[in-house]
Amino acid sequence: MGATALRNGPSPVPAPIDSIVEVRGIFKTYGNVEALRGIDLDFPRGKLTSLLGPSGCGKTTLLKIIAGLIRADGGTVAINGKHVTAPGPERAFVFQDFALMPWATVMRNVAFGLELRGTNKAEREAIARRYIAEVGLAGFEDKYPHQLSGGMRQRVGLARALSVDADVLLLDEPFSAVDEQNRRKFQEDLIRLRTNQNKTFIFVTHSIEEAVYISDRIVLLSPRPGRVSQIIEPEIDRSGDPERIHRDRHYLDTVEEIWQGLKQYVE
Amino acid sequence: MTLFGYRVPMMASLLVWCVVWEIVGRLDLVFLLPPFSDVLVAAISLVQTPSWQSATVTTLRAFAAGMALSIVVGVPLGILMGRVKIADDLLGMWVNIFSSAPLSAIVPVLMILFGFGEKTIVAAVFLFAIWIIVLDTRAGVRHISPSLIEMARSYGASRPALYSKIILWAALPEILAGIRLGLIRGVKGVVIGQLLVAIVGYGALFETFSRNFRMAEFWALTIILFAFALLIAELIERAEAKVEYYAGARQ
Repeated sequence: MGATALRNGPSPVPAPIDSIVEVRGIFKTYGNVEALRGIDLDFPRGKLTSLLGPSGCGKTTLLKIIAGLIRADGGTVAINGKHVTAPGPERAFVFQDFALMPWATVMRNVAFGLELRGTNKAEREAIARRYIAEVGLAGFEDKYPHQLSGGMRQRVGLARALSVDADVLLLDEPFSAVDEQNRRKFQEDLIRLRTNQNKTFIFVTHSIEEAVYISDRIVLLSPRPGRVSQIIEPEIDRSGDPERIHRDRHYLDTVEEIWQGLKQYVE
Repeated sequence: MTLFGYRVPMMASLLVWCVVWEIVGRLDLVFLLPPFSDVLVAAISLVQTPSWQSATVTTLRAFAAGMALSIVVGVPLGILMGRVKIADDLLGMWVNIFSSAPLSAIVPVLMILFGFGEKTIVAAVFLFAIWIIVLDTRAGVRHISPSLIEMARSYGASRPALYSKIILWAALPEILAGIRLGLIRGVKGVVIGQLLVAIVGYGALFETFSRNFRMAEFWALTIILFAFALLIAELIERAEAKVEYYAGARQ
């Protein structure tokens, strides 16, 4: 397999016309372990695509290759048609463990991406303040990360990624270190954010429910070596009350179908 | 610690030992140990003598120069070893050897290299203090969460920015711990250096007092030195506590 992904599921779709991220023939090995083999993927502009798979399928590796944090052994990544091998301003990363600077306030953490770009202090703090409010942390600007809960810390990580105004947001299991209640709330916020912000999201998760709940498109990866095994586009109406989605028939069917597909990899 | 409702400073246990010292001294059992009150009196008159004052200036100057040098060299060296494997492989063994070696044995060699003056004392302080600073800095850099480095890279940090905005700060608690331990070793270095050279600063004073059996003054000088070492260690510890507070949530 490799080059062509199997497309089945509730709604088989043709390749997207406008893809912002194009991944071609990505290979990656760690020592003797083949992490990724022949990954070809297109990520449609303005959509939220999830990379879903069991642990060891290389989904985080793929995300970090797209981010330019890990070098692939073969293949190319193109953003807006331009090949990239290093991090760039058109991409922003949200980390699983938040990766906040514990010695810096929420304000400085959120503004850090802009600080590194040399934006002057007044301007970057104005921008940061806006996104701190956007993720629901208004009033916490002068707090330090250790004074916040896990969920709030990840909101800081998200605000930092938003404030650099990148086209593509790369999220590496952002909710895995956040407790269940906060995760739910966060997922709802992400759906809202995706509608408000005209951005492309690439989201790594191992939770089927989470992937189906928030994604326009789900890329299923199979493990050892990581390959694209299936691409699913759940047809779920997310316009109304986010609570309703959890009871949506399409939602439940898609979750079940993905589970049936993934079951074989679980020992 | 509180006693009868009053807050007693941490050093209170020292008071108990001072009383024991006073009693043993009064019993006149060992001639080496005059009563503590005599030592205090000697200390008060000692600090008024020009010879003590000039010795203190000499000693402090050598100490400060040696410490500054070992921090300026030690911290970058530790960061280098924490970040670059080849540097770590090349230097690790030597740093470990020097940090546990009996350095007093090397001081006479320094004397040959740097002569009987202040340079030798500065070199001795440097030699005593630097290794623990290097080792602690290295440990601190090693413990930085990899995702913090990835974060800086993904948001486009240049190499200087990565070091000045992330690595230095993330390793700061360990760097300060290293400097604190280095300061205490540096005090040891300055005294041993001066004792062996024996013609400058506190070394000369110690030499005079012990040779002439002026034990009260000898002990007074020792106590002043201890107090100085404890004081600077305490100061650094304060700074550390502040940094640890901010770094407390390190992942």
